[in-house]
Amino acid sequence: MDEIKTLTIDGEIVSAPSSATILDAAMENDLHIPTLCNLQGLDAVGACRLCLVEIQGQNKLQPACTTRVEENMVVQSKSARLQKYRRMIVEMLFAEGNHICSVCVANGHCELQNLGYEVGMDSVRFDYVYPTKKVDATHERFVLDHNRCVLCTRCVRVCDEIEGAHTWDVAGRGIGTFVVTDLAGDWGGSGSCTSCGKCVLVCPTGALFDKGKAVGEMSKNSDFLEYIVNAREKKQWIK
Amino acid sequence: MDKIRLATAWLGGCSGCHMSFLDLDERLIDLHGRAEVVFSPVMDVKRYPENVDVALVEGAVANSDNRELLETIRANTRILIAFGDCAVNGNVTAMRNGIDRDEMLKQIYGDIGKELGRSIYSPLPVLEETVLPINKVVTVDAFLPGCPPHADLIWHVITELLEGRIPILTEEQLKYG
Repeated sequence: MDEIKTLTIDGEIVSAPSSATILDAAMENDLHIPTLCNLQGLDAVGACRLCLVEIQGQNKLQPACTTRVEENMVVQSKSARLQKYRRMIVEMLFAEGNHICSVCVANGHCELQNLGYEVGMDSVRFDYVYPTKKVDATHERFVLDHNRCVLCTRCVRVCDEIEGAHTWDVAGRGIGTFVVTDLAGDWGGSGSCTSCGKCVLVCPTGALFDKGKAVGEMSKNSDFLEYIVNAREKKQWIK
Repeated sequence: MDKIRLATAWLGGCSGCHMSFLDLDERLIDLHGRAEVVFSPVMDVKRYPENVDVALVEGAVANSDNRELLETIRANTRILIAFGDCAVNGNVTAMRNGIDRDEMLKQIYGDIGKELGRSIYSPLPVLEETVLPINKVVTVDAFLPGCPPHADLIWHVITELLEGRIPILTEEQLKYG
């Protein structure tokens, strides 16, 4: 049985079971902390660093999605320093990819775009990298556009943890990192892909999309995750 | 009250932002009462004037003409606004970045491509190696993203400027694409 911990997030006293993360506790109490790689129902990886919070008594910032609650913890998620860092992170994501909203299938339904608005990004102060990246349209139903990928690894996790196929993985290092299917072959030639489309639905940007969708037409919905996770963990088959 | 001296300019872009500006419709009449438009692609003015209060600059820096005009604008303008996605982040104009410029010209125009727009004797402006958003070339005072920005948002920015404030867009007002 989980012990109940009491802590403070942005001045609000909240309680959560000891197995909960700071992000779980915040969400449970309608306190908003920005996230990108996190998706409820998938394991947290703390990759995007958008949910970094300040914890009193610690110099190091901690990701809310992977840090467990502790008794009497005092968490600050909206300090000027954190807001400055968050905008920098979003600007770097825009600068290192080729995110051209006006020609993107996910325009208007994009989590990266919404994050830009949330952090008040009216421009990018860093130099754009303009990398040369590929588009894989070999799959019968879906397309992967590396230009729009933010490497959140949601596709990797949903394919492994929920679908059980582990078609997706990550190759390369640093700025050269990219997602791959199977042994970095064409997606269309993947022997393990079941074409279930879960990766497309959880992708926060227009990096994965249904073939044939035009600008702004690709909206996504990851509600299926809650349904499947509830069914597995609580044996409740309810929508 | 003195009228402000307003300019609009069109660099490497599709002029969609200016179309949206014209969508101000009857508000253009209000604007005429409060600002004197001293330079714009919709006017027959060849030289960018001195002593401009506000300039809305559409488009990215894609060639030597864009760069020259932008530098002239900066030198003669108090408040420079990046007007639309191309000016703010390069947008579609910058989609050629990542392709070698000379290779691109050759693919499009064949063998004469490599001469096109490269010589100082050529009447054509020289293509930049890399298309840049305008804040990578000059200092920009405020940003108005959108492809194009909605006329209502343009009007908000203009009215803020007329009131002497530098417009900063909120989460609800920001829109890319």
